[in-house]
Amino acid sequence: MATIAATRPLVELSNVRHHYGKGHGQMLVLDDVDLTLNENEIVGLLGRSGSGKSTLLRSIAGLLRPDEGEVRFVSGEDGREPSVSMVFQTFALFPWLTVLQNVELGLEAQRVPPEQRRTRALAAIDLIGLDGFENAYPKELSGGMRQRVGLARAIVVDPSLLLMDEPFSALDVLTAETLRTDLLDLWCEGRMSIKSILIVTHNIEEAVLMCDRILVFSSNPGRVAAEIKVDLPQPRDRLDPAFRALVDDIYARMTARAPAAPVNDGLFPGTGIAMVLPVVSTNALAGLIEEVDGAPFDGRASMADLADQLQLEIDELFPMAETLQLMRLAELTGADITLTPAARHFAQADVDARKAMFAQALLAYVPLAQHIRRILDERPSHVAPARRFRDELEDHMSPDYAAAALNAVTHWGRYAEIFAYHEDADQFSLDDPS
Amino acid sequence: MKEMTPIARGVRPFSRMLRLTAPNRADAIAFVLLTGIAMLVFRGAEGIAEPLSRLRIEPVMLDPLYLPYYALRTTLRMFAALVASLVFTLVVATLAARSRRAGQIIVPALDILQSVPILGFLTFTVTFFMGLFPGRILGVELAAVFAIFTSQAWNMAFSFYQSLRSVPSDLDEVSRGFGLSPVRRFMRLDLPFATPALVWNMMMSMSGGWFFVVASEAITVGNTTVTLPGIGSWLALAIAREDFAAIGWAVGAMAVVILLYDQLVFRPVVAWADRFRFEQTASTERPRSWAYDLFRRTRLLPVLFLPLTGLGRLLLMLDPGSGRRRVTKERPANWIGERAWQALLIVAVIFAAWTIIGFVMRTLNWGDALAVLGLACLTMIRVLVLIALASLIWVPIGVWIGLRPKWAERLQPVAQFLAAFPANVLFPFAVIAIVHWKLSPDVWLSPLMILGTQWYILFNVIAGASAIPTDLREAAGMFGVKGWQWWRQVALPGIFPYYVTGALTASGGSWNASIVAEAVSWGNERLEASGLGAFIAKATAAGDYPRVALGIAVMSLFVIAFNRLLWRPLYAFAERRLRPA
Repeated sequence: MATIAATRPLVELSNVRHHYGKGHGQMLVLDDVDLTLNENEIVGLLGRSGSGKSTLLRSIAGLLRPDEGEVRFVSGEDGREPSVSMVFQTFALFPWLTVLQNVELGLEAQRVPPEQRRTRALAAIDLIGLDGFENAYPKELSGGMRQRVGLARAIVVDPSLLLMDEPFSALDVLTAETLRTDLLDLWCEGRMSIKSILIVTHNIEEAVLMCDRILVFSSNPGRVAAEIKVDLPQPRDRLDPAFRALVDDIYARMTARAPAAPVNDGLFPGTGIAMVLPVVSTNALAGLIEEVDGAPFDGRASMADLADQLQLEIDELFPMAETLQLMRLAELTGADITLTPAARHFAQADVDARKAMFAQALLAYVPLAQHIRRILDERPSHVAPARRFRDELEDHMSPDYAAAALNAVTHWGRYAEIFAYHEDADQFSLDDPS
Repeated sequence: MKEMTPIARGVRPFSRMLRLTAPNRADAIAFVLLTGIAMLVFRGAEGIAEPLSRLRIEPVMLDPLYLPYYALRTTLRMFAALVASLVFTLVVATLAARSRRAGQIIVPALDILQSVPILGFLTFTVTFFMGLFPGRILGVELAAVFAIFTSQAWNMAFSFYQSLRSVPSDLDEVSRGFGLSPVRRFMRLDLPFATPALVWNMMMSMSGGWFFVVASEAITVGNTTVTLPGIGSWLALAIAREDFAAIGWAVGAMAVVILLYDQLVFRPVVAWADRFRFEQTASTERPRSWAYDLFRRTRLLPVLFLPLTGLGRLLLMLDPGSGRRRVTKERPANWIGERAWQALLIVAVIFAAWTIIGFVMRTLNWGDALAVLGLACLTMIRVLVLIALASLIWVPIGVWIGLRPKWAERLQPVAQFLAAFPANVLFPFAVIAIVHWKLSPDVWLSPLMILGTQWYILFNVIAGASAIPTDLREAAGMFGVKGWQWWRQVALPGIFPYYVTGALTASGGSWNASIVAEAVSWGNERLEASGLGAFIAKATAAGDYPRVALGIAVMSLFVIAFNRLLWRPLYAFAERRLRPA
């Protein structure tokens, strides 16, 4: 949104660091984040899961205090400290309160007198387009309507800063688009007293559509990897070439290797068996290879087009693409993904050949898979408890990440038939059920 | 309906409460019902204030004319205990959830108490309460209420604590983000969220309480026995006099009372509490209650419920209300305070252990302890065999019913009613049969233990079978899966999680019931099976405190070991493997 008014800072974050977990499995989620939010702007935090965006949002909301660093609210001319309120991905409505009661909740906490409370709540409900639903319970509403309640509840307390945690990601595409447009209309027409909006998202188009400034976060640990100003005038058109170029540019920045990461280990943080692996189904991997191999891409696709075509958000697409890259089945360059010759061969192969190729890639490039297979080969019984590997992984990462990594490798290993896993006994073995 | 929810409504001007519309027909019916209940409460309460000597002038009489009055007194006692349990729950469980240190003690204590027989406490507490109000009936009444309370409070408090700890994190964040004060947060979030589980546990507690009413109304203190007017005393007298008809009357009265409070109190409450179930989609089947529907249609009712709604509003008015959002930071653990607290705990534990061992060892030796362990094993075998037998019988029947929605709908309430019915009322019939055919008490008294608790298996299996997804059943049908394969691969895995819940409840209940079931009497006829239950019952009757303590300790040990080593692993297995993905 083009503003002439001089930008005044609302919130300043400096050197924010935060950890989750304790001791060995401790995970750095935010590393040295500096960020200033100004008046009259919508700022997007774009990043994948594990990039600490939600943690950052909650630090600003006052729901958690970061381990290090400072979150400072800059008082306005009237001397009042900026207030914040939040919209949740899950809506976070109280199922036992009606729409009106839900909206009144924040006012009630501020001990606003009942009459005034009602007037203000009704005004907010009116503004957000919930007229006629005042006495409905949340479970009677559709997802879109519920998020409108969440929005009304957040703006009724007249916050200076509105925090939105992936507010549209639980909604279907059409509903999300309507809500986005409505919110943007309210913002552009200045009908809310909100001075600034901070929105967490993993939808790149959403970020470009709504924000004046986008902060791209890298993951594990979360850092501000890039800051992008969006100068396109509102309302923005998704088909506008400038819009497309910006989307492509952000994809490119998100695929860019962090300079610190060793070249051989792809984009996942950690090295060797300590690599944090995402759980990606082999079906999805094969599907992605086939999609890129076939028309119209013919082996090379832009990530933005691919995301559009497959209706995938970056949180889903990137782990797949990066897994392919790890196994040398694809190459991520700029905003494009290019299949390697091996992958193009894979796309044409039959089931057994695919499995053989996958097994080869797995044993060559995924250290954890190598490790498990080697232990099984060494043992006379060819059996090893999964606990052993889990413990080993937890030396390097949090239990959640360890479980995810082991899950991923178990799934891949089973598909490739390089080892078997028995859930009841919780152990790996070489035996082949035939 | 809205009128009945003090917590679910904002503060409204008083005039709105009293909007002057003509009362309707539903008002009239509800008014009569409520007035009737109020009259009954006053009538029953009158008897409580009288001096103790009245009990000797007016002893319990086996005259059906008095039975409604006795039933009333018993019911009032039950509800008094339930209210006490509710207050205890709200205070203690909240404390445990809010304060980590309090939680460290309260939570394991509740976990143990809810699986431990409380009958033995009776002898200790009666003396205490009679001392509080010497010469008044009130003291004995309180002792009886307390006895019932000890059978009701723990599982309610435990469930409430668990609810408080599992409040959805997003709602928690909303409350903190808006800076809701503790009182407001409790009224808006914690209490509503915990209500459905609490209501369910209150119903379970009420059923459990009946078991103790019978034992708690005829109280022996030293050489004198005080019999409070009530169904329990009536029953005790009928058993002593071998009056068969009187027992029949008592069974009938109990059935009527259970039916009445189920229809007039619990069904409406369950229907009302349905709104607090934490789900974002409207459920297809909502609990229904004619009484609730009736109350909802009334206009006079809000005025009658004014005291309750008023209390809720008063709490919210008095609430200081911060309004200002604060950045919360858990204070860094106070290292010294933490150590001091732990040291204090350790000292207390050592002291308690020392006292118990000293107390028990003064009169008992290791031989006694070993003997009690042997008896406990006997009782354990009984429990295991009976659970297995009950499962063999009720699982097929429950599956059959559960797969037929028409039947399930009709029979589910019956099974729940049977679970609520105090089975010890039926014991005399068993005694007569055993005496008549000269059967071995060691074997034939055993079924009594499971008489009242087997229904938990039945109604959980019914629920499980109705929950087997239709597509699974259709797939099984299409592939021609039947016979043993059908049971092994469709029915049993489908009901297993539910079955474990039912069997766990049934097994806990059976341990408790063994105290009453292993030693029964009919007139002068006393039958006894050797087991831990009979041991505790005998020691209680003889006032042999060390033996009561030893027996209860061993039983607690067995019940807890049972839960930890058998049921919890089974439960974890069911959760992990047998829930549909």
